[in-house]
Amino acid sequence: MATVATSKKACSVNPLKMSQPIGAALAFMGLNNCMPVLHGSQGCTAFGLVLFVRHFREAIPLQTTAMNEVTTIMGGMENIEQALININTKAKPDIIGIASTGLTETKGDDVDGYLKLIHARHPELAKIPVVYISTPDYKDAFQDGWARAVTKMIEELVPTGPYPIKDDTRINVLPGSHITPGDLDELRDIFDAFGLTPVFLPDLSGSLDGHIPEDFSPTTLGGTTLADIRVMGGARLTIAIGEQMRPAADAMQSKTGVPSVVFDRLTGLEVNDRFIGMLAGISGRAVPNKFRRERSQLVDAMLDGHFSFGRKRIAIGAEPDLLWSLGSWLTEMGCTLTAAVTTTHSPMLEKLAVDEVLIGDLEDLEQRAQGCDLLLTHSHGRQMAQRLDIPFVRIGLPLFDRLGAAHRRMVGYRATRDLIFEIGNLFIANGHELTAPTQDATTHIGTVATHGAATVTFN
Amino acid sequence: MSSLSGKIQEVFNEPGCGKNQAKGAKERKKGCTKQLQPGAAAGGCAFDGAKIALQPITDVAHLVHGPIACEGNSWDNRGAKSSGPLIYRTGFTTDINETDVVFGGEKRLFKSIKEILDKYDPPAVFVYQTCVTALIGDDIEAVCKAATQKFGKPIIPVNAPGFVGNKNLGNKLAGEALLDHVIGTQEPDYTTPYDINIIGEYNLAGELWQIKPLLDELGIRILACISGDARYHEVARSHRAKAAMMVCSKAMINISRKMEERYNIPFFEGSFYGISDMSDSLRQIAQLLVQQGAPDELLARTEALIQREEARVWKKLQPYKERLNGKRVLLITGGVKSWSVVAALQEIGIEIVGTSVKKSTKEDKDRIKELMGNDAHMFDDMTPREMYKMLKDAKAEIMLSGGRSQFIALKAKMPWLDINQERHHAYASYDGMVALVEEIDKALFNPIWEQVRLAAPWEKQSDTRDETLSYPHYSSLVATS
Repeated sequence: MATVATSKKACSVNPLKMSQPIGAALAFMGLNNCMPVLHGSQGCTAFGLVLFVRHFREAIPLQTTAMNEVTTIMGGMENIEQALININTKAKPDIIGIASTGLTETKGDDVDGYLKLIHARHPELAKIPVVYISTPDYKDAFQDGWARAVTKMIEELVPTGPYPIKDDTRINVLPGSHITPGDLDELRDIFDAFGLTPVFLPDLSGSLDGHIPEDFSPTTLGGTTLADIRVMGGARLTIAIGEQMRPAADAMQSKTGVPSVVFDRLTGLEVNDRFIGMLAGISGRAVPNKFRRERSQLVDAMLDGHFSFGRKRIAIGAEPDLLWSLGSWLTEMGCTLTAAVTTTHSPMLEKLAVDEVLIGDLEDLEQRAQGCDLLLTHSHGRQMAQRLDIPFVRIGLPLFDRLGAAHRRMVGYRATRDLIFEIGNLFIANGHELTAPTQDATTHIGTVATHGAATVTFN
Repeated sequence: MSSLSGKIQEVFNEPGCGKNQAKGAKERKKGCTKQLQPGAAAGGCAFDGAKIALQPITDVAHLVHGPIACEGNSWDNRGAKSSGPLIYRTGFTTDINETDVVFGGEKRLFKSIKEILDKYDPPAVFVYQTCVTALIGDDIEAVCKAATQKFGKPIIPVNAPGFVGNKNLGNKLAGEALLDHVIGTQEPDYTTPYDINIIGEYNLAGELWQIKPLLDELGIRILACISGDARYHEVARSHRAKAAMMVCSKAMINISRKMEERYNIPFFEGSFYGISDMSDSLRQIAQLLVQQGAPDELLARTEALIQREEARVWKKLQPYKERLNGKRVLLITGGVKSWSVVAALQEIGIEIVGTSVKKSTKEDKDRIKELMGNDAHMFDDMTPREMYKMLKDAKAEIMLSGGRSQFIALKAKMPWLDINQERHHAYASYDGMVALVEEIDKALFNPIWEQVRLAAPWEKQSDTRDETLSYPHYSSLVATS
């Protein structure tokens, strides 16, 4: 059980947090032929765009209402109107997602009201669904923006019942913002093996998985289609991944009556046993041999790896659901969670096996990570890792200084097994060679000098 | 805000800008910022521009006063290098919350400055205004003034909130902050007749370090580079330079012109990209210094160095000339980079099939015309789809652009090279030209292109483009498959 504290500093140093609107924008990028728009100054969009380009190494569709000083004060209705007209003419999307920013929220733009007026004025625009979500930059964080956007998609795009066509093999899946396109591919394979058809909302595995389209497109290519969304009410079950998706799962259930279950994570042995067991139950099929083998391989990896993981001191800086997934799993592997810093509130934080979870920044993490054996955070931890001289595993978003961010996997038996290898190998590579104590050394037996910054003491 | 709008008007009135002088009074008042199209706009804001211009000052703390988006979404993402201090790469932000928006963020800003000084002890703190804090009326100039008095260290307000305009305007407002609060506030220990300022060079990928050894050899001292690899005190003492070179087109023309006005530092506009431009720049630096009182012999020494370097670098380029002659390049960039890179590439026989001039000034465009002839393919606003088509149809064989548009080329399965601020290779000076050509050559002749364009054997459609491209190993590869 952890105490959850908020940093008392006035100045945030080396931010861990990113803002809500771009979290929402990323969720919209998981819809097919969609154009996400930030209602703010052009810089809000430019920063988000560069961030995602560097992370995914893909062209990113993201537009702006290009607010300036005057339009901000007068209200942004004309800018939204112009943006919708321009996007409609140039990009011809199936759907437009708008997220507000700190700028337009400070002014207090009534975007829902604007949209009604705009649609009354331009009936041709009313044919394209627009999902608007309020996401001020000065509140909450990236994963909140993502989660709210998905909830809003369900509220606005999923029709209320009754659903004449029920399909017992169809499963709605609501992945949190920490679930990568690679994870979604893995999940799709798992569902497939049970004869189940998942509909992911949103589905970044279609749009940001690094495929080569035949022609250039200004909007997203791939992702959940509107047709998919419209039949979600006929599914057998909704599975949410990550506590952040609970409100979205609730919205789906109350709107469609489809029962829902939340998996707070899918990294580790026991959670995947529950997951696979549940899929076997739903599908009425025996667990395919492939998963029995994968499970056995994971168990073997745990046995081989536990020597390296036991009592290792871990520092993690990540958004709540990612922190929970990896923090809990590393604890299960015998590690000691020593430092945990996150970006926003979540019911999972106090359940972590650590003394304190701090809502803070990377400066806070750096102070707490002194003497740890492993640092896990996004690419911005690179400066800190160098200063601390400890092994560093890049997780979350942004990962701008490594290839393959979209295909990093954390869900399922297989990915858990591979994580043991990746992190275990780091521990092994950084293991300290024992050196014989010298005659004049003041150290006593049991304490060894190490080549790194840290000294290891055996008790 | 009134002082800010005054500043913006002043920047718009820039007499050093030829384009501006050609306008009527009314037009000039509107400013040079093109009205942005909602839903069809791209590019950074004024805050982004101000940060780009000043963040290369390596020993100061850059504190962003605003919500998390402005710094949290963007920090540590530029390639300006430092030869020493690293504090400029630390992300500082007040990360204001809802309460600050309601009650004002000035107290948090003041406390943040104190925390930074206590923990990191930089020689100065630069405070950047953003949209939200400007909108709620936080007076960063007053806070900075109070903090300067209280803590005895320069706390510099940079008043360029994103919503006042684009990056270019932000560059200029950053320049104004230096002129108002930094330049001329300290005196150098000594001066020499060979002291120059380099204005508008950001030391991206360490480019300044490609130029500095040549200047060192000539005995020319960079009193201050504004702002690549600069220290605060260097900028503060830059008013004692004898001459200045302005590098990045018009981005910092206000600094150059006002330093000429206030401190009699003559300047010229030059480029370090390309062999002839590099030589011209060295010549002009020497001429300006001699004109300002440096001994004549500098001219002869400079000429000798130019001859030696040109001969050396041409020899290095010789093997590439044959390989790259007639290769077709699409160049998508803005401002200074257009014409200086055009000249550089033409020197080795590369054909420029198109260049964007979106951010270029009239002089930039005239220069391109001069270089490429009247039928120069200049695009004011080329859409990504048009770029993609040019590449897909193999009208261009490689695209040189900024990181954001790289996938237009890569998804068309065509080579691409980064020539913007995030690039990892330094292309300035004589050796930089060799590096650029080597990178182009490396990209064009990578064996992956033949492979990635092959259709899978079970797919009917194959990529016919390759027939129009001449790659050395392609035919042999096809023959065996």
